[in-house]
This record gives sequence, C-alpha cells and structure tokens, in this order.
Amino acid sequence: MRKQAGALGAALPHDSAPLHVTGRAPYVDDLKLPGDALHLAFGLSTVAHAEIEALDLSAVRAAPGVVLVLTAQDFDHVPDVSPVAGDEPLLADGTVHYLGQAVFLVAATSHLAARKAARLAKVTYRERPAILTVEEALAAGSRFETGPITWARGDLSTGFAAAKTVVEGEMEVGGQEHFYLEGQVAAAIPTEDGVQVMASTQHPTEIQHKVAHALHLPMAAVRVEMRRMGGGFGGKESQGNALAVACAVVASRTGRPAKMRYDRDDDMMITGKRHDLKIRYRAGCDAQGRITAMEVVHLMRCGWSQDLSLAVADRAMLHADNAYFIPNIRIESHRLKTNTQSATAYRGFGGPQGIVGMERIIDHLAHATGRDPVAIMQANFYAERPGGSPAKASPGVSPPGPQDISAKLKGEVQTTQYGMEVEDSVSGRLVGKLLADCDYHARKAAIAEWNAGSPVLKRGIAVTPVKFGISFTLTFLNQAGALVHVYQDGSVHLSHGGTEMGQGLNQKVAQVVAEVFGLSARDIQITAADTGKVPNTSATAASSGSDLNGKAAEAAALTIRARMAEFLAGKYGVAADTVRFKGGEVLVAGESHAFARVAEWVWQARISLSSTGFYATPKITWDRVRGQGRPFLYFAYGAAVTEVVIDTLTGENRILRTDILHDCGRSLNPALDIGQVEGAYVQGAGWLTTEELVWDAKGRLATHAPSTYKIPAVSDRPAIFNVALWTEPNQEDTVGKSKAVGEPPFNLGISALMALSHALSFCGTAYPALDAPATAERVLMAVERVRHG
Amino acid sequence: MKSIQVSTTINGDPVEFLCTPDEPLLDVLRNRLGLTGAKEGCGTGDCGACSVTVNGRLVCSCLVLGVEAEGAQIETIEGMAQGETLHPLQRHFIEKAALQCGVCTPGILVAAKSLLEKNASPTDEEVRYWLAGNLCRCTGYDKIIEAVQSAAAEMRGEV
Repeated sequence: MRKQAGALGAALPHDSAPLHVTGRAPYVDDLKLPGDALHLAFGLSTVAHAEIEALDLSAVRAAPGVVLVLTAQDFDHVPDVSPVAGDEPLLADGTVHYLGQAVFLVAATSHLAARKAARLAKVTYRERPAILTVEEALAAGSRFETGPITWARGDLSTGFAAAKTVVEGEMEVGGQEHFYLEGQVAAAIPTEDGVQVMASTQHPTEIQHKVAHALHLPMAAVRVEMRRMGGGFGGKESQGNALAVACAVVASRTGRPAKMRYDRDDDMMITGKRHDLKIRYRAGCDAQGRITAMEVVHLMRCGWSQDLSLAVADRAMLHADNAYFIPNIRIESHRLKTNTQSATAYRGFGGPQGIVGMERIIDHLAHATGRDPVAIMQANFYAERPGGSPAKASPGVSPPGPQDISAKLKGEVQTTQYGMEVEDSVSGRLVGKLLADCDYHARKAAIAEWNAGSPVLKRGIAVTPVKFGISFTLTFLNQAGALVHVYQDGSVHLSHGGTEMGQGLNQKVAQVVAEVFGLSARDIQITAADTGKVPNTSATAASSGSDLNGKAAEAAALTIRARMAEFLAGKYGVAADTVRFKGGEVLVAGESHAFARVAEWVWQARISLSSTGFYATPKITWDRVRGQGRPFLYFAYGAAVTEVVIDTLTGENRILRTDILHDCGRSLNPALDIGQVEGAYVQGAGWLTTEELVWDAKGRLATHAPSTYKIPAVSDRPAIFNVALWTEPNQEDTVGKSKAVGEPPFNLGISALMALSHALSFCGTAYPALDAPATAERVLMAVERVRHG
Repeated sequence: MKSIQVSTTINGDPVEFLCTPDEPLLDVLRNRLGLTGAKEGCGTGDCGACSVTVNGRLVCSCLVLGVEAEGAQIETIEGMAQGETLHPLQRHFIEKAALQCGVCTPGILVAAKSLLEKNASPTDEEVRYWLAGNLCRCTGYDKIIEAVQSAAAEMRGEV
C-alpha cells in the first residue's frame, strides 16, 4: 500500500473538480476578449466534389457586422492546416473535395453575424463525380499510398490445410463522431512580436507550427496556451488547426483579437471522425479451436485528405490479432480516398477497428464449431511469459482455469505478426478471473434457459478480451518535456507538455511530482500547457499522456530534489542519500525541517530550484515499411462481459449488465482510472450500437446533430455496471509502474456487439453476421437473416 | 434589431439587461452577463449543457429567449453554492469523481437539483430518465448516478 496520502496511487478527484461543479472553470469560449474582438465563421461547400466556377461574396461582405471576408485568392500561398501531408488548404483553392469544406472565411463583430453572413454566398459549382464509398474508391483506384499495405507471417495455405473449420465473411463497421461536449474553438490575440493563441487542442505544438507557417513567422513568435478542453477523444489532435490558423490570420491582418468556434452542426459537417471500414475475412481453426490461419482485408474510408489515416490504418493492422497468437496470418490494408470528411484520430486510433474484426472472427468460428467463444479465445491467447509474471499475483487472483489451455505454450515467448515479443500477456488469467467473478458460465446457461421460454425477447452474453499496444507508432513522437519550479516559499509550479481534456492528466502528473518532494498533490500548482514553457511537445494522444509527461515531470522534480539533498548533505555533513522528503518535511541528520524552509535555504545558497525534465520512451523500434519491430513499450490488457436483451419484433435492445476487469498496472489514481474505463466502455459500446453516421447519395452527412446522431445517454448505461482494476504492476519501467488507460478500455465496448450477436443466435441457425453499429434496424434485419438462413 | 430592456432575477439578485428579441437566454447569460457556467453543447436543446431553471422549471437556455426572463426567477449553476459552501450535489460530484471534462457538469447539476426538489427519494431509474436529456461524453454516467443518490441521501438526513 502507498503511504503518502495525496501522492501516487491516491484516488484523488480531478484537480479542476471544484471549478467544474461551480461553473467557474474557464474554457476557451469562456475567456473574455477585448471588445473589438472579431468572430469568425467558414462558408462551407454544399457539394461533395466540384470546381468552383464563380464565387459571389458581395452579399456576405455587405451583411451587418462583417469586417473581413477572405478566400483562397487573398493569399499568395493558402495556409495549410494538415498535420502531415500538406494537403489541406485552409480555404478551398479552386476545387472542393467534400460537402462541408471551408470555401471562404468571414470575420464579423459577433458570432451570429459571422454565421448569418456566411450563408449569403452565391457559389457556382461545376460538379465532378464524387467518390463516397469504399467500393467506389476501390473501383476508381482512389487511395493514399500507391497500393494496399500487406503484412504477413507464416504460410496461409499450410494454415488453412490444417484447419478443420473455416469461416469467411464481410463486416461493415461504422465511423464515430467524437461529440466532445465543447466544440472546436480557438482564439488569437496579436502581440508585439507575433501572436498568442488559446486553442482547445490536444496538440499545442502543432497549432504553433501551423500558425507560424501561415503567418511566415518563426515558431518562437507564436505562443500557444491550452488550459483545458471540454473533451477531445482524438478529435482535437489535428482538427483544430483550421480554427487556430483562421484566427491568427485575421488577428494578423486586422490587428484585432479573433475567436472562432464551430456550432455543433458545423462541427459535425466539417471535422473528421473515426474511420469507418469494411473488413473481409477468412479464418480457420483446428479441432481444438486453435486458429491455424487468418486473412483479413481492411477497407478504410479515409476521406478527402490524408490527415493521420496512414498511422490509423497501421494501428488497425497492428491490432488485427487482438490478444491471440496466430501462426499464419495476412493483413491487407487499403487506405481509400473519398469525397467525405477527412477521417481522423479517435480514441484507439484504428486499434478498435482491428480488434473488432478479430473478435468477429472468434464469434464466427465459435458459431461454426458450436463452441463457446471463450473456448476459442482460451485456445489462442498469447501465452504468459515463461515462469509467469515476475510480479506477484494480485490478491484473490485465481490460477488459470481448467479450460485455459494457453498455459501449455509456456516455455516460449510468442511474437506478434509484426515480430514483437509478447512478454507481458495476462489475458488467460485476467479473463479467467473475470469470468469467475461475474459467474459467466452459469449466467450463460441461465440465459439459454430463459430464452427457451421467451419467444419475443432474447438475451445474450459475451466476453471481449483486449490487448492494446502502448506507444506512438511514429517512434519519434515518444518524447516529452516538463518544467518544474520550486519557489522560495516552498510552493511548486508544474508545467508539462501534456494537455488536459478531462482525463485528469494534470492531477496524475501533480501526484508524481508530489511523491518526489514528499508533498501532497494540492501543494503542486498545475498550470496550462504553454509552448513558451515546454517546447516541441507531442500530441496528448495514444494514451501516452501520463506515461510520457509523468516521467518527464518526475525527472525534473528529481533533479531539484537532488540539489536540495546535496545542499543539506553539505550543511549537515551527511550523505545526500540519507536525506528524506516525506509528509511536507525534509528529514536530515535526525532533524526535521519544513519543505518550505529548506527551499528558502537552498535559494539563499544560490542554488537553482528550477529544472526541466525530459523523457524518451526506451526500447521501441519500428520499421513501418516491413511491418517489423517493437512499436510498443508494453501492452495494456482488459476484458469485459456484457449481457444484453433484444426485442425480436422491433430490434430494440438494451445493455443489462456489464462486468469489467481492466489492467492499469499500478494505478496512479484509481478514481481517475476507473472513470476512464467506464467512460471508454460506454463510448465503445455507443460506437457499435447507437451511433450511426449516415451520408446521403450526394455525400451530405445527414446525422449532424444530437437530434439524429445518438451518443449513449444516462438511460443507456448498463443497469448493473461492475468495474474493477487488475493491479499487477507494469513489467516495464513506467512512471510508478502504471499503465496507460485512455484508449485500451474503449475496446471493451465490443462485448456489447458480440452479446447482441449471441442473443440473435437464439433466433435460428444461420450466423447473425451483425454489422456495426447494431442499430435497432440492423438487429431486426439480422433477426430475419438468422431465422430464414 | 432594436434591443429590449429586461428586468429579471438571477440567483436571487435583481438584474437588468438589454438584448435583442431573437437572442437566446444562453447568449444573454454567457455574453452579456458573464455567467459562462452554462455551456452551448448543441444549440438545439438536445444535450442539456445549458440547463438553467426559469421560475423553478428546468429548461435548456438555448431554447428560451432572453426576453422571456422578464419578471422571472432564473437559477444558474453560479447560484448553486452558498458563498463558499457547496451544495451537497456539488460536493458529491467531486467526491465520487462524477465528472471529467466538466462541460456537461453544470447542466447536470442544475437538472439533478431540480429533480431532487421534486422528488427527494428518486430510484436509480428515475434519476436515469430525468437526466436522459443531459449528455455526457466522458464518464459513462455511472458515477453521476452514484453522486446524485448519495447527495439525495445526505439531503434526506440519512448520512
């Protein structure tokens, strides 16, 4: 157990909670700007693909309150707002590539005036054929990169020859709107040297970079500050660039502050979402349920620009195995270019798309072989490292169950299809414990009995295990910086490169620093992410926030602590390593001094009480072209069991109960971690059940508001929702032996889809082959399919 | 458009403001009165982030006009605490970790307070259905229900 109350491992609330509950936490749109501030809105394309023949903006310019209207023609070089490829002009440059693309920019004296004016444009388009679906893109050869990426291992023909049962199919998986409650927003204020930007962004350094480029300024002349976001989920990794650049351009041209926020409808029409895809698969297993061969094709719909799609599609491939060792495997990934919003980062970053395909195969094989999916899983889990975990087992963890035959593979460290040794697998034990804790087998038998007596309502239950790789696959991004000051009164100021979007990152990092100084977290002053304090940051993404920034801040604090200890060692004539920092006191030579007192002495001795800290993730190496290496420092594990009920007359469905056991390593803060797990599960279940994005035949997103796009409401939360943490420490040297938690539990929502598939299996003999999202309509269609074969 | 003078009471204090006839109450609160606790999550009355009460009735302030505040009693999140003393709901939301990004939190608190004023002992199901008009994208709602129930228990004097 931890001794330091308020430091590492304490279940503290979110550091901003007192401000959140009183409505006093300022978000970017709440900031007071000077009275002459301008408000911006984009005029949007109303067609999916066309040349702009004529652009008549006279009514826009004449509208009340309008101060400035800009088109691509007003720039020598239209600023680029893409994260990587340089393929996203701020304003359409002659051609529009999707319905919702920014064509012109309006600056007016109020938000409403700008929006009203933006609707007065007369645009003449010469329409081009629009490519909207993956099939159309495949047929037209419309793709990023020259062809599909293929990674493979083993020999498929041998594998399929060894299979007793082979299944084949196709699955449609929908995209997902982030629906951060706070929409995209940015503001810019001209300064004497350049511009200061406040943006709701996961990536302040990228905003700084894009703004500097747009204004032809060095990055040093642009300062970006980010105190908090109202949710991000990946949607504020690159999609906020356009707003920040627009504000900076207007601020620069007018000398007035500028602010831009998207209304919800605009936000949903303009910004990218999770990649939807089609998964084609063929897989076989032997008589013991061991998967002998598997081939998967991902058809990813990437939208009009590249954005982060290549890395997203890579991660989908890297998770195509989920938690299973598959000796013969081939994964083919098509990154298709379509005239739709540019699909972007979304919690899991392609991983969930890869995992849902694997779990579909497990479900299909189980159906075809008449086995429980759990038996197929247990026959294929990556084996635990020989000799088991070096860490002691958690109290109460039962040994592997009799059905867990993965143990037979002990004696070798298995590798993934991309050649990474899986040294930390706990899937067999973790799933075994969860199934026992939630009484899975007895409940499953009871469900079958209940269904036999229930002609209309059918229940279903399913388990989904998760293994999720932690690190950015673009290796150089795995770095972070921090800046810590101790003031002469002993107060501590913390800056780091991560951004707070509700996940509680600042609190976790403050706990790390408090632990080093023997203080409590409330003694650490948390400040906004600021490119003027910590430069060259990576996006707060890939679940890496606390892993990277926690380590960097720890390094900074350790440097200062070492200086304080050395000073005291000299003063008292003892060894520096005998000095202890504990409970707000510093213990030296049998004396105890307040931390503040020691800080004052050190300052008076002319020793620096400020330090930067830096961290670069060790061990990782990744050859993207060959698809070989160790892209991840470690894996995070988890499993969920979900029970659902469907109405076979209407397709309506409910989640009745969810049980989760999730691996956070040694949790830095169990309250925050459980919050992440619960929120991620519900969001994941929403992705695969109620959240349906519909584009019409002209490429117009028809579900662009919460009236038609349904994220889970409180009434959708499982009536019984049991969440527990798997507490074995991380085997790798992470901060406090913790594990990343942002994305991995998102995948647990897949169990809701698989439970619906199980419920459907009681309607007849055919395999349900359920697509996602499994809306009421889709469930109803599946009922018919299963009944009539 | 000509502005109209409105006299109202917000969180117990008399307030006068000017607004245009088509201006939503939410914009008046946020832009004219500096009460930014209510948030615009959708602008169409679907998300509940802008919840306030008007004469004791729970409303989405994005769907109410500023001029409708004339002579009314408006309560917003800014009036929930008494000085530095938090309302039990506010305390339990902190203690139960019932919030993450915080944007939905003010609206959910206003809505939950409105529920408990009508029904001091709601069932979990009543809490869930009352709050179904308040979307939260972060928490998964579990802790929100727990926090409402534990605050309700405290307000009933059971703790």
